[in-house]
Amino acid sequence: MKFPGRRLSIPYALFLLFFVVLPLVIVFYYAFTDGSGQFTLENFLNFFQNPKTMGTLVYSLVIAILTTLLALVLAYPTAYILAMGYVKNPRLLLVIFITPMWINSVLRLTALKEILSAIEGNIAYYPFINTILGMTYDFLPFMILPIYNSITKIDVSLKEAALDLGASNRSVLWKVMIPLSMPGIISGITMVFLPAMTNYVVLDLMYNSTYIMGSLIGSYFNAYDWNRGAMVSAVLLLSIALLSFSEKPERKEKVKVGGVSE
Amino acid sequence: MEDKIIIELKNIKKSYDGETTVISDINLKIKKGEFVTLLGPSGCGKTTLLRMIGGFEVPTGGEILLHGEDIATLPPNERPVNTVFQKYALFPHMNVYENIAFGLKLKKLPKEEVQKKVKRALEVVDLEGFEKRKINTLSGGQQQRIAIARAIVNEPEILLLDEPLGALDYKMRREMQLELKLMHEELGITFIFVTHDQEEALTMSDRIVVLSRGHIQQVGRPEDIYSIPRNAFVADFIGESNIFHGKMSGYKTVEFLEDEFSCEDGYPAGTEVEVVIRPEGLTPCSYEEGKIKGEVISCVFKGTYYETTVLYEDQKSEVVVYSKKRMEVGAKAGLLVEPEDIHVMLYDTHKNHFVVEKDGSMYDAYFSPSDAKLSDDAEEGCVKGNIVSIIYKGDHYSYTVVSEENKNYFVNDEYLWNTGDMVSIIIPEEKIEYNLLKEEA
Repeated sequence: MKFPGRRLSIPYALFLLFFVVLPLVIVFYYAFTDGSGQFTLENFLNFFQNPKTMGTLVYSLVIAILTTLLALVLAYPTAYILAMGYVKNPRLLLVIFITPMWINSVLRLTALKEILSAIEGNIAYYPFINTILGMTYDFLPFMILPIYNSITKIDVSLKEAALDLGASNRSVLWKVMIPLSMPGIISGITMVFLPAMTNYVVLDLMYNSTYIMGSLIGSYFNAYDWNRGAMVSAVLLLSIALLSFSEKPERKEKVKVGGVSE
Repeated sequence: MEDKIIIELKNIKKSYDGETTVISDINLKIKKGEFVTLLGPSGCGKTTLLRMIGGFEVPTGGEILLHGEDIATLPPNERPVNTVFQKYALFPHMNVYENIAFGLKLKKLPKEEVQKKVKRALEVVDLEGFEKRKINTLSGGQQQRIAIARAIVNEPEILLLDEPLGALDYKMRREMQLELKLMHEELGITFIFVTHDQEEALTMSDRIVVLSRGHIQQVGRPEDIYSIPRNAFVADFIGESNIFHGKMSGYKTVEFLEDEFSCEDGYPAGTEVEVVIRPEGLTPCSYEEGKIKGEVISCVFKGTYYETTVLYEDQKSEVVVYSKKRMEVGAKAGLLVEPEDIHVMLYDTHKNHFVVEKDGSMYDAYFSPSDAKLSDDAEEGCVKGNIVSIIYKGDHYSYTVVSEENKNYFVNDEYLWNTGDMVSIIIPEEKIEYNLLKEEA
C-alpha cells in the first residue's frame, strides 16, 4: 500500500486556503476597490500622498530599527555568555530570560508601565523612549534564542583554532564568533524587526497613539473605511516582503566536514 | 645534549573535579626537531596531554618547560606552538587564503609578506593556486592539508597534531603519513603527533610514547617498542602478540606451554615471567618436528600472509602464526621459534590491595590476580567495578577492573568478558592475606 503522504497535508492545506490565501485575496480586493466595488488606484495614491500615513510608515520604521538595535546590543552578549558556558547553569538562566513570555503581554506591559512611571514620574513625558523600552522588553527573547542557538552550534575547536593561531579573546569574538553566528543574528533581527513594525499593543499602552502602522489600520477600520485600511495592510505586507527577500538567505549548514567518502 | 631539549613535561598531572585522574605524573623530554608520537587507546590521556601543551587545558600539577621556562598556565595565543585539530577546524566563513593568513594578519605582517608566506605554505602542502577556494568545496584530504598549512605558516617551534588523519580513508591516510614525514624533515619543526593507530605511529615517529590510563608505559624508537615491549600492555597494543605465562627454568631458559625454550633475556631461575612471541616469530613445520604442537583451528588469508591460529594441546592456549603457507583447518601442526624471537618480561606480580573490616579491626587485604575470579552477580564478590582493559595471555585473560572507589584491581580469568562490563571480584577467603591496620578505638 502506498503511504498516504500527500493526503496527510489536506488539513493544513484547507487551513492555508481559508485563513491565509483567502484573507490575502480579500485584503488586496478591498485595497484596490472603492466603496461600491469599482477598481481604483485612489487608495494607493492616497497612501503615498497623505502625510499622515507616510509619517506613520517612517515613524514605524524608526521605532522598529531602534528596538531591533537595542535588542541586539542587549541580546548578543547575553547569548554569548550563556552559550560559551561562562555561567554554571545556562539552561536555567535561559528559562528565566524566557519566562516573561509565559505571562500575558498586556499584564506584562502594564507592570512595566507602573515601573516606568515610578522612575520617570509621569510616563506621558517620554512616550518615544517608553515605546522602545516596551518593545525591546516584549521582543528580547526572540533575539536571544536564535543567537544563543547559533553560537552553541559553533564547533568549540574553531574558537580554539583562532586562539591557537594567536588571536586575542577580542579578535576571536569579532573575527570568528560573530561572523559564524550571523545566521542567528539575522533570524533574531527578522523576528524582532517585523513584529516591531506592526505591533499594536505596546504602542497603545505606552504611547496612546496611532502613530504606528498597526494602530493606523485599526483607526481606519474603526471608521468603517475598509478600503483604505486594507491598502495600508497591503503596503505594509509588501514592504515587509521586500525586506525579507532582500536579506541574504541563511547559509545552508554544511553537515559534511569532508573525509571518508570524498 | 641538555640544551637541545625543546620541551619538557615535569610531573604533569591532570584530574577533573579533583576526582577523575586523566594524567598521573608524566615526565617526558622532547628534543628539538624530533617527531614524537603519543600512542594509546582512547581514554589513555594522550589528547589531554597534547591539549595541555597547546594551552587548552591547564595541568592540575607539574610544569611544562619550553626552553626551560614554565608555560603551563600561558594561554594558547601566547605559545609558540600551533595545532592541527582532529576535525581540521578550518573557518567556514573564510576562503583558503584567509584561513592560512589568519595568524599572519594578527601579527600585522605587511600584505606582500603574508601573500608570499601563504603561497609558500600552499606549496609545502601541494595545493598551489587554491587561495580563492571555499572551504566547503574541498575534499577531506585537501582540508587536512590546508589545516596543516595554516599551522606551519606561523613557523611554530612545535607543531601539535591531534589525530589529524583519523577522518581520512585508508589509502589517503597512508599517503598523508609519508607526506607528513617528508614535511617534518623539510621544515625541521618539532612534531608531537597523537594517534591510537599503532601502525601510523610505527611508520612516522622518531620516538613513540605509549600511554595507558594516564601513565607512560614505554618510550622508545619504533623498532624497540615493537621488538622489545616493556610490558604485556605494550606487547598487546603494538601489533599482534602471543602472550604466555611462564617461569624461568635457568638463567636464559624459560618454561612455558609445558616445555623448555632457550631465550636471550636472563632472569634468575624460578622467576615468574610473561613470554611474548610475535606471530611472525613462529615458523610452521611438521607436527613431529614442532616445538609447540597443536591443531589448526583457523586459517585466514590477509593479503600478503595467512593468519593461522593453532590450538595448543592443552586445549586452552591459542597461538597465532603469520605464514606464507596455507594450513588446513583441523590438521595437526608444529611450530618452531628461535631464541631471539622469545621476549621474556617480568610477570606483573602486582598484588591487589584493599582495606577491609574484620572482627572489629581494620585490615590491609592482599590477593593475587590469579586467585580471583569475575562474576556478573554484583553481590557475589567483595569488590564491584567495571572492566577497563583486557589482555589475552594464551590460556587466560588479564583484566583490569576499576572499582567504584576508582581503585584498580587486576584479575586473571579464563573466560572472556567485555570492556565496560560491570563485574564483581570473587576472592576465596583462604587466598586473602590480611595485615592488621589498626585496632578499633
